[in-house]
Amino acid sequence: MKKNQNVVIKGTKEGLILHLCDTCSYDDLKKELDERLTENSFLHNDSHPILVKVHSGNRYLTEAQKDELRDLIRSRKNLLVEAFESNVMTREEAARLKAENEIVSVARIIRSGQVLEVPGDLLLVGDVNPGGKVMAGGNIFIMGALKGIAHAGVNGDSAAIISASVMKPTQLRINDCITRAPDEGFPEHEKRGMECAYIDEDNRIVIDRLQVLMHLRPNLTRLEGGF
Amino acid sequence: MGEAIVVTSGKGGVGKTTSSANIGTALALKDKRVCLVDTDIGLRNLDVVMGLENRIIYDLVDVVTGRCKIHQALVKDKRFDNHLYLLPAAQASDKTAVTPEQMKALIDELKQEFDYIIIDCPAGIEQGFKNAVAGADRALVVTTPEVSAVRDADRIIGLLEKEEHIAPPRLIINRIRNHLMKNGDMLDVDEITTHLSIELIGIVVDDDEVIKSTTHGEPIALNPNSKASIAYRNIARRILGESVPLQPLDDEYKGVFSRLKKFFGGK
Repeated sequence: MKKNQNVVIKGTKEGLILHLCDTCSYDDLKKELDERLTENSFLHNDSHPILVKVHSGNRYLTEAQKDELRDLIRSRKNLLVEAFESNVMTREEAARLKAENEIVSVARIIRSGQVLEVPGDLLLVGDVNPGGKVMAGGNIFIMGALKGIAHAGVNGDSAAIISASVMKPTQLRINDCITRAPDEGFPEHEKRGMECAYIDEDNRIVIDRLQVLMHLRPNLTRLEGGF
Repeated sequence: MGEAIVVTSGKGGVGKTTSSANIGTALALKDKRVCLVDTDIGLRNLDVVMGLENRIIYDLVDVVTGRCKIHQALVKDKRFDNHLYLLPAAQASDKTAVTPEQMKALIDELKQEFDYIIIDCPAGIEQGFKNAVAGADRALVVTTPEVSAVRDADRIIGLLEKEEHIAPPRLIINRIRNHLMKNGDMLDVDEITTHLSIELIGIVVDDDEVIKSTTHGEPIALNPNSKASIAYRNIARRILGESVPLQPLDDEYKGVFSRLKKFFGGK
């Protein structure tokens, strides 16, 4: 047996964890992984599939390499790769992740024919006029009147919300849900100030007081410590 | 060095040409040297409204393509000795006959000689609009109190805000019908200005005199008794930097006669 093992297999209650060494070459790693999986015959009894997590430490695995390893592991009958974990990511991934978690503030009026799109949350200081459109990967907060179209959670986030000081949209879209303004116009109901729109349990968009959000979407709070 | 002001609206038929003609006239009455430029190539009518149609020899396209000098194409309005000129659009070409760069060069040349250049923009947001705004320093957006016109004005303002060489546009609300506005059957002035959120430079009531005067080829601004005329003159004064309060819309203000009548129990 070698002194330094490039692949360490650990068993846990949830399944197996493969620790891959991050200093050897990728080819060596692949070869050794293949050997180790073969020599561990205990893996071959045909019980239900075992979930495998792959930890690659400080090694960056490209998508192609991940596919290769996934295929290699899957070729052992009852092993199934659940996830890859790594300490490193590319600059683009980091930038995208940051953008998706950022609140972008914009101070202007979105007029008819204009489209504003941001990857993360949008804080608009101004109005959205009819014919204008705002889109965000996350939530949309409008400090003025929303009279055009707002589309939150464009990339499939159903938990996204839309809030506006004056909520009179032509259309609201969250993820792939769409509602439109009532044909008879908006009721002149009692002033309840800022309002918000979210997707409820029945998968419909509802509009409510802003204050309900703290119960419905507690993860909107990003404050750590304080109070 | 003069200033070029484009009059635009997006939607057709809201009164761009009428406003251009009258603001130009009112500025000329204020002893400014004014040049009206019609950029609605193929559908020109500023010359008709001004009553100068029969004096056109060369047009804007002739100037741009070098068939004539700019002075040969300018039509002088004799009513304003040497203060008001018109550069007519071509009728036999279309908007693509001119590029925004050519327009800018043309307007820059005119700015050397005139105090104000009023550019009458065609309806729409295509080439014609791009040509008209290319040389402008300021913009006036004309709208009527109708949702369709306001929507188009909103679009146009969005496009104008993207043009960095143009100062924030200002708004003219045209063809106001007071009785409809009072009853809430028409968008009111406040609603429109908060919606578009740009500075209001003038409101013009719907006035039969305007139609009469265009039929005769005489800008209404020449007639000092009409409400629309006063409105246009006020707009001109505001362009010159004076601060003039908005005219009241109420009809009571008709004159001494009707006020007397009212006093004696008439309607």
